Amino acid sequence: MSVRVGIPGALLYYLYYPAWSVFFRSLGAEVVSSGRTTSEMLDQGVREALADACVPVKLYFGHVMTLAQKVDYLFIPRVVCLNKETTYCPKFLGMPDMIRHSIPDLPPMIDVRLDAREGWNALRLAYRQAAEMLGAGRWAADRAYWKAAAAERRLQALLQKGCQPPEAIKMLNRGVARPVPETTARASTGMVFAVLGYPYIIHDQYISLGMLPKLQKMGVRVVTAENLPHRQLMHWHSKLDKRLFWTFSDLCMRATEYLYARGGVDGIIHLTAFGCGPDSLLDKFMEMKAREQKTIPFMSLTIDEQSGEAGVATRLEAFVDMVRRKKGALPGA
Amino acid sequence: MPKVTFPHVAESYRAFKMLLEDLGNEVILPPRPSMHTLDRGVQYAPEFACFPVKILLGTYLETCPQGVELIVTSGGVGPCRAGHYAQLHKKILRSLGYPIDIIVFEPPRLYPLDFLHNIQRLNPGRLSYRSVYECIKRAWRKLQALDDLEKLSHRVRPREITRGATTRTYRKVLEWIDRAYTWREIETAASSALHALHEVPQDPFRRILRVGIVGEIYVLLEPASNLEIEETLGHLGVEVERSMFLTGWTRDNTWAETSEGLTVKDAALPYLPELLGGHGRDSIGNTILYAKRGFDGVIQLAPFTCIPEIVARTILPRVSRDHNIPVLTFFLDEQTGKAGTATRLEAFVDLMRRKKSKQAGSDCNESLPWHRRGFGKYQYSNLR
Repeated sequence: MSVRVGIPGALLYYLYYPAWSVFFRSLGAEVVSSGRTTSEMLDQGVREALADACVPVKLYFGHVMTLAQKVDYLFIPRVVCLNKETTYCPKFLGMPDMIRHSIPDLPPMIDVRLDAREGWNALRLAYRQAAEMLGAGRWAADRAYWKAAAAERRLQALLQKGCQPPEAIKMLNRGVARPVPETTARASTGMVFAVLGYPYIIHDQYISLGMLPKLQKMGVRVVTAENLPHRQLMHWHSKLDKRLFWTFSDLCMRATEYLYARGGVDGIIHLTAFGCGPDSLLDKFMEMKAREQKTIPFMSLTIDEQSGEAGVATRLEAFVDMVRRKKGALPGA
Repeated sequence: MPKVTFPHVAESYRAFKMLLEDLGNEVILPPRPSMHTLDRGVQYAPEFACFPVKILLGTYLETCPQGVELIVTSGGVGPCRAGHYAQLHKKILRSLGYPIDIIVFEPPRLYPLDFLHNIQRLNPGRLSYRSVYECIKRAWRKLQALDDLEKLSHRVRPREITRGATTRTYRKVLEWIDRAYTWREIETAASSALHALHEVPQDPFRRILRVGIVGEIYVLLEPASNLEIEETLGHLGVEVERSMFLTGWTRDNTWAETSEGLTVKDAALPYLPELLGGHGRDSIGNTILYAKRGFDGVIQLAPFTCIPEIVARTILPRVSRDHNIPVLTFFLDEQTGKAGTATRLEAFVDLMRRKKSKQAGSDCNESLPWHRRGFGKYQYSNLR
């Protein structure tokens, strides 16, 4: 019987699950994910995590607690920096410590520190360390690492083709390399919205209250920051005096500036969590950008563990209607 | 002369004012943050921005109508949000129509050229680097004098015989330091001020509690933002030791005074090995050091939604259990009321006092300071 490694289905799951699962599988371990968020998970997380923490963090606690009894190891890496430039939110940096010191009776944790700034080889060495904890050798670890890197590239390719992370992960699991045409061509009103924000909020069906499917049902095509051309965003000359410290916030800000410069979308929705630290700045900067350039309507939506489905639906409908009317009133539209 | 202003951090404005005026600027003094300041700040700051931003923005909005051209403030290299606040403030103030510019002092070790450039911008009198250095040295000495005075007031206040005598003397001697200008004057003022504070009538036999205060730097340093928690505690018969002072924080990060000779970083290592930005790790390390030095309790102060302190707060219950030291956390924001805080503080102080007297095996009424001692067991009639 092989070792079971648990990967919580929250936070970085949406961007790195394929890579991580491939890594542990090729080391001979069985990968268990906590799957989609349920209300019990949220309740558990809310009970155990600090009241002042944001919903995604509470949710992560919930996922960890669900997994705890089912696995031999928990993979909770300390993700500091992956692109050599920007770090993640301080809560990501302290995540293993927060989990360790507030949830009792946990299986051993694989809490390697992933910091790409430590040298050109730092990530590979960190993964080697993770493999060591499972008793795997150096060569096996390196082979698994390259496989994981390939999986990540495949995911990125799918995202760039317009897939959203959850369906891209599903496709990778099934071994499909090309997006199925129906996923991208469901639009009927011809409107395209950009939903910006952190992947772990937008793509979590439960806490985002099914926002993406709702928009699609209203006939709106959705793009997220992950679908925009990554390289162009990274080379975008930002108008801010200082680059935002946090990877996801930086990406969102760049996406906002890119969209306002290039157009191509009819509306921008910023989805944020109550009490999110980086978002307090990001949202203000985005709002100011929208105020400067009035070309694209902008709305920011805050969700928390108590958000009601009806409230969000009403606001979305109102926004969609407004954008539609604006578009209809424009000459030549 | 350019009109310059800066954030209000406790009494430090006295030193900064002297420094900036020496360099040939016209200083517009920031007022002490009040309800009005906060109202203005809250109106324009992002809703979930932490408390210091709102206070600082309010302060700027009070000084900007007086024709401020330059704002001097400190920066940061992340990942704490505070590193972006100068840029945020600039954007907001400009969008409100104030033609201000902002000078951000980043850590000089990382950006030495920026540092010199910033100093030149604040030096319209074109003083030589040598005289600029002299000015900074004097201002630094003044800051130290102010910090020493505040430290002493924390020790004297719980032992004072007439309630409020320390605060009155403290206010008086601050003016002495404020008036001092040359190096010698500052030295004299500092020593006579310390002496005057020592002279406040005290009861040396009073049993007092010792509490350490940890947390985020701005709410620690600015009494207007933490509802004068040190004064309130002092009146409850608690000696306060704050983990951070402006000079100490700037000068060194090592903790030389501890008996173990441990640094804060080493102490926090088993619980939080990662630097989170802000002061999350310091909060944990200092709590452990206070526990080892036999303090009766620790109070953590943090602005609402402060990320590093949330991480620290999640870990602190474990530290508290492992090291057997009570920890109370206050998340401060514009909704925090003084009465609610005072109630929680009283309850916390009572708990610590009970714990202490249980260990000493005596009646808890006896360990109260005289002005809180009643006939009954819990008679706090003269508490206001």
